[in-house]
Amino acid sequence: MATKSISAAGQRTLVSGSTTTGRRRRRISGDMLLAILVLLPSILAVAIFIYTAIGWTFYISTVKWNSQVIDYSFVGLRNWLRMIGDARFHADLRNLAYYAIGFMTQCILFGFLLASLLDQKIKGEALFRTIIIFPFAVSGIVTGVAWRWLMQPTTGINLLFANIGLDWFQPTWNTHPRYGMWAVTIATAWQFTGYVMALYLAGLRGIPQELREAAAIDGAGTYATYRWVIIPLLMPVTFTAIVLTGMNSIRVFDVLASMSGSGAAFATDTLAFFMFQSTFGAYRYSLGATIGAFMILLSAFLIVPYLRSMRGEVER
Amino acid sequence: MTLQRFWTRGAIYLVLAAFCAFYLMPFYVMIITSLKPYADVNVTRMWELPRGIYFDAIFQAWATVSPNFWNSVIITVPAALISSLIGSLNGYIFAKWRFRGADTLFILFLVGMFLPYQGILIPLVLTLQAVGLYATVVGLIMVHCIFGIPITALLFRSYYTGIPNELIDAAKIDGTGFFGIYRYILLPISMPAFAVVLLWQFTSIWNDYLIGLVVLSNPRLAPINVAVVNIAGSWTVEWNVQMAAALIAALPTIAVYLLLGKLFMRGLLAGALKG
Repeated sequence: MATKSISAAGQRTLVSGSTTTGRRRRRISGDMLLAILVLLPSILAVAIFIYTAIGWTFYISTVKWNSQVIDYSFVGLRNWLRMIGDARFHADLRNLAYYAIGFMTQCILFGFLLASLLDQKIKGEALFRTIIIFPFAVSGIVTGVAWRWLMQPTTGINLLFANIGLDWFQPTWNTHPRYGMWAVTIATAWQFTGYVMALYLAGLRGIPQELREAAAIDGAGTYATYRWVIIPLLMPVTFTAIVLTGMNSIRVFDVLASMSGSGAAFATDTLAFFMFQSTFGAYRYSLGATIGAFMILLSAFLIVPYLRSMRGEVER
Repeated sequence: MTLQRFWTRGAIYLVLAAFCAFYLMPFYVMIITSLKPYADVNVTRMWELPRGIYFDAIFQAWATVSPNFWNSVIITVPAALISSLIGSLNGYIFAKWRFRGADTLFILFLVGMFLPYQGILIPLVLTLQAVGLYATVVGLIMVHCIFGIPITALLFRSYYTGIPNELIDAAKIDGTGFFGIYRYILLPISMPAFAVVLLWQFTSIWNDYLIGLVVLSNPRLAPINVAVVNIAGSWTVEWNVQMAAALIAALPTIAVYLLLGKLFMRGLLAGALKG
């Protein structure tokens, strides 16, 4: 709550007795209690299903529960060490790196490019925008089904390539034993770029025209204007885009579930798959909890700075 | 228009058109493939239009996934409605009844929006089992409502913050209470916010896979996206039927997006906390 509004609010308090902004000067009113009471079920739900659940997951990661029989005997970091030593975990970390680089680059680069192009007073902008965001309306499962067909080695995109004389260029896409993950990011970026584009477009619309004009008067060309004025001003949007695409990279699951699964030799395996199969396939609950806890730790690197940056915005 | 400007404009439209072709390509393939008879689903003719329109694949897919389609309807519609209502009340409180610590609490709520669900799935299952709601439709609806608390509170909060406090204060002076203000002042002007939130919740709950898979894996009760994966996972099912099933799963959200695209945009942006 901004302190500068207190004096004005205080004055109003004198007149009206009980105001929204002057709340701190008075004891908690009955209505305020009622408000807290109405909020209480949600607070409890979040406390139980989010925070207690996080703590519980970490707790399960330190016990011996690796079969269908519940076993809460403490084993310290044994599950963590087992996970860290697991070859599948190494494959997942490599895949996460591949995925994050490919996915984030495509989303942010193309999202920014498309937003900048749409911002050039384009005829039919609404139609272009609708088409670009369109994939975001369908589920990851639908995306995976469509792209699995498109990435079939003998047809789909390869057939298009062959038809334009590129028949020597027939990649195996998502089934490639080493770079299959890059192919997967084509599908997921196809779905997510529109979202990033929308963020950038809103950011571009928020930049006052005067700034661009001032840059033009100073003799800055298009490139210089983008390099020195627009891109720096859009840093908050880029930050948001990095956080959102980063979160998506950590938890990617559904597109893969309908596209290539874990792939041969875990070529397209992810932490989310590893967690899911350890837990609900192999009933190794403690191992699953360890992977889940690890995913939370990873995403904390994105969530914490993001929420911190938001704090100012929220407390307006 | 100078010649250079002409070429620049032309290049911009060309690039945009190329991207649009790329974004539409999978839809094109999905639609034409699901309209082909199986004999025509041929790797060498994948990009060709069907030689006639055959609904066989769509009927066959519908026969398989229609129970799951209706499951998704009875899960998504109540979950979207209930979570919007909860979100509206929470947003009202976070915007207009800012008790001490309310902003911190709000930030704590938002964490739930970004969390990888894998980190809370096991306790979720254990909790649902403990209260007897595991593997039930009611349980899944409840989980969607709970996981919707952060985003719906955020969307409504930013909407209600825009409504002047003076309006609320005036009502308080007139002796209107907590519910009166909500019912008679905020609710009547909340329809745009409700539209955005309902749309957002409908889309994300309909498109959910992970939570449906974990909470309601029973193939008979499972939501549509789980059923589509089961079809796609079995290599015995023909491609045209798989595509048709995917198309059926995508249809409700596509329809909603095309009809209410503007609201969808607003939800997108607010969802990134820039609303």
